[in-house]
This record gives sequence, C-alpha cells and structure tokens, in this order.
Amino acid sequence: MTEIVAVLDYGMGNLHSAAKALEKVADGQKIVVTSDPQVVATADRVVFPGVGAIRDCMRELSGRGFDQAVREAASRGTPLLGICVGMQALMSHSEENGGVECLGVFPGNVVHFGERHSEFGDRLKVPHMGWNQVRQSQPHPMWAGIPDFSRFYFVHSYHVSGVPENQQAGTCEYGLEFPAAVCRGNVFAVQFHPEKSDPHGLTLLENFLRWAP
Amino acid sequence: MGLAKRIIPCLDVDKGRVVKGVKFESIRDAGDPVEVAKRYNDEGADEITFLDITASHEGRDTTLHTVERMASQVFIPLTVGGGVRTLQDIRNLLNAGADKVSINSAAVHNPEFVREAADRFGSQCIVVAIDAKKVSAESESNRWEIFTHGGRKPTGIDAIAWARQMTEYGAGEILLTSMDKDGTKDGFDIAVTRAISDAVTVPVIASGGVGTLQHMVNGVLQGGADAVLAASIFHFAEYTIREAKEYMVAAGIEMRL
Repeated sequence: MTEIVAVLDYGMGNLHSAAKALEKVADGQKIVVTSDPQVVATADRVVFPGVGAIRDCMRELSGRGFDQAVREAASRGTPLLGICVGMQALMSHSEENGGVECLGVFPGNVVHFGERHSEFGDRLKVPHMGWNQVRQSQPHPMWAGIPDFSRFYFVHSYHVSGVPENQQAGTCEYGLEFPAAVCRGNVFAVQFHPEKSDPHGLTLLENFLRWAP
Repeated sequence: MGLAKRIIPCLDVDKGRVVKGVKFESIRDAGDPVEVAKRYNDEGADEITFLDITASHEGRDTTLHTVERMASQVFIPLTVGGGVRTLQDIRNLLNAGADKVSINSAAVHNPEFVREAADRFGSQCIVVAIDAKKVSAESESNRWEIFTHGGRKPTGIDAIAWARQMTEYGAGEILLTSMDKDGTKDGFDIAVTRAISDAVTVPVIASGGVGTLQHMVNGVLQGGADAVLAASIFHFAEYTIREAKEYMVAAGIEMRL
C-alpha cells in the first residue's frame, strides 16, 4: 500500500515548500497537505512545519484539532518531523508573545536570543538568519549521509532551551550553543528548514521518509 | 565555524523573463527565471531574490506562476519583491512558494503596512527594501534619503531613521540599495551600508554596484553587511557563485562552500 505522508496545513502561510521538497525526494510515498486531523490520525508519517508567531500557531492548531492529533501521532509511534516553529510548538512552553503553553512532547522552553555578541565582540543580528553549521550530538538514522557540521538554513529569533542532553540530536552555535535538532523515539524535530537547505536538508527529508523508528 | 555570510543573486523579472537594467534603463535579456534560479541553486547560491519589475496585472499572474514553478525546483530560500502592496499580495506570494517578500514603496506610502504584515505573517518573511541616495554635499557629514520610483522620486525621509523605524515595525531584514551605485559596477556605497548595519539589529543585505569580487568582500568586511546581492556579474557569467565564495573565504569571511 502507498504510504501517506501528511503535511499539516493550519493556515500559517508557506507550508507548501515542505511538501514540494518532500515530493522531490519521495520514493513512491504520497505527500498530502492537509487541514484535516482525521488524515493525520491515519497517516503513516506526519510532517509538522511552522512559520510565524507561536501564539497564532498554537491558536490555529487547537482551533483545528491538530494539537490532539500531533500528541496522538507522537504517542502512537508514527514517525513525526517538526520543522522550525513546528519544533518549538513541541516544547512545553514558549516565552514568545508574553508566554504560550505548547504541546509538551519535549520538556523544553522556547526563549529569545536576546542581546548576544560574537567572539569578536560584534552584536549578533536577530533573527538568526542564514546558513549555520549543525554538530550532530548523537548518531541518528536521520543523519544518514549527512556530514557532521553540515550547514542548514535557519531563520528564527527564539530558540529551544532546557531539552535534556539525551534528547538533543544536534546543536548549533550563535552566541550560545542551542539545540538545532531534538529526538525522542519516533519524533525528530529541527530548528532549521530542511526544505530550504539543499543539498543536506533534502537528504534529511529523504531519511525521514525511510525512517523506521 | 558559525553563521555564514550570504551571496544572493538577484533576478529582475519582466513578463516572465530575467532582465537587468543598468541604472534602471537599457535592458538586456538574460533568460528564463526558473532555469537561471536552478543554475544558481546548483552553483551554491545561499538564497534567490526575484524582483518583479512588471507593471501590469497580467504580469502579476505570470509572476505568481513563475514563483510556483521556481519553488518546485529550487530548494533554497526565495524572496520575491516588486509591487507588494496588500496583505493579499503577500499571502498570494507565500502560497505560490516565496519564503520572504520584499516591501518597498508600499512601506513609504503606509509604514503601518509593514507592522500589519509582520504581525500577520511573522517578521521572518518581511524584508523591507530601502533605496537610498546620498543627499549631503561633499563638505557636509553624510546623509542619505529614501527615494522611490526607481530612484527618481525623493521622499525627504532620512535613510537611517527609516531603517530603524522599519525594524521597530517588524521588518526581519533590510535590503539596502544605493541608488548612486546601482548599475555602476563601482562597488557598494560602503558608508551607507555601515551606517545602516550599525543602526539596526536585523540582518542587512547590501545591494547596488557590485562589479568585482573584491566589492563583495568590502561590503561584508567594511560595510558590515550580512549578505550581498548581485545580478549582472552572475547573469553574464563573469564569475560563478562558487568563485565568488572561494574569493570571500580567502579574505577570511565565513561562507557555505
């Protein structure tokens, strides 16, 4: 049977990039952009992309019943990939927009970069925007074929913090070291945009389509 | 080790073809935007900027269609600018596959538009394009003003104050073009690049005037730019993106190779 990969569409803008990149690397899987939690409930894999502000994101998610669908996919064992705000939404709490409760799949918080400086003393620009290196802090099937310290495209002003080390799959350095990828069982989530990080990001998406946690 | 500076080839697109005006005049045809963008993607460009210079409504539909085609073949960030005036314009471009939109004259006419756009879609996808022209005399201290209509119409707005205001309103990035340098191949206006980069906390893309690889190095090292944008030196294959990056690495700049 054809595998169904559900890409969550909850009205937050450009979620089609992720779908287009997945289509590019798909090997027979059907990529379905969906706003129906029922489709998520029966999908073989779930991709949870995200852009924009967390308050709107959580409101749209729960308004459509996606909050429950994502939690269930995570506990059911369905391979789940969170991207950017999708990763942040999997944490317990975000300090963005005056504080927002998130899905609590990981025991972390989302905090602002604040005012930080490089090793040369320049003030670092926020958002953290552009191609940065990811250190693979533990081996993982999602890293297959991707050299350690490869560059991926980031764009974010908030970062994840407080995720236990054994749930960190990769870290990135921007004024401080922060989790760039987190993992727990069947869930993998990244702060960067694999769909915009040709070539290694596409390899990561390809790995996700093959991943059998 | 760390965040790389970016090279962004810029495609000026009119009625579905890449063109490049020298000082916004004489136009030379440089090809199909999707083909050109794909080539840059494969050569290692860090982003693509697509400026729609079409005036007509039919042209806008062509643009959305071109963005759609581009987004299914190009897997690096894509910024689209030109004629972005309403929240619906932004929504249409993002839905077609743009990652960021660049707002220029609409911001000058109605600064609140930038605030609304950033609130609705997030700062990460709102770029404010600033066309600055030096208005101070040689004997005075430097002052730059915002110009619209391709550098023809002065607005009386101070460029540095404007850049600050736009980031307060939620712009996630500034695309700074020097109207004095654009199309000259004499290099960026380093002084305005440095002044604006120091004045704002968001990334600044330097644009206007690249003729040599050293100009790009200067934009980063002297101007403090986070990214450099160039068109003709790449379109007419004077240099490849790879050559430009290797040159910048040799100058000590962190790049993605």
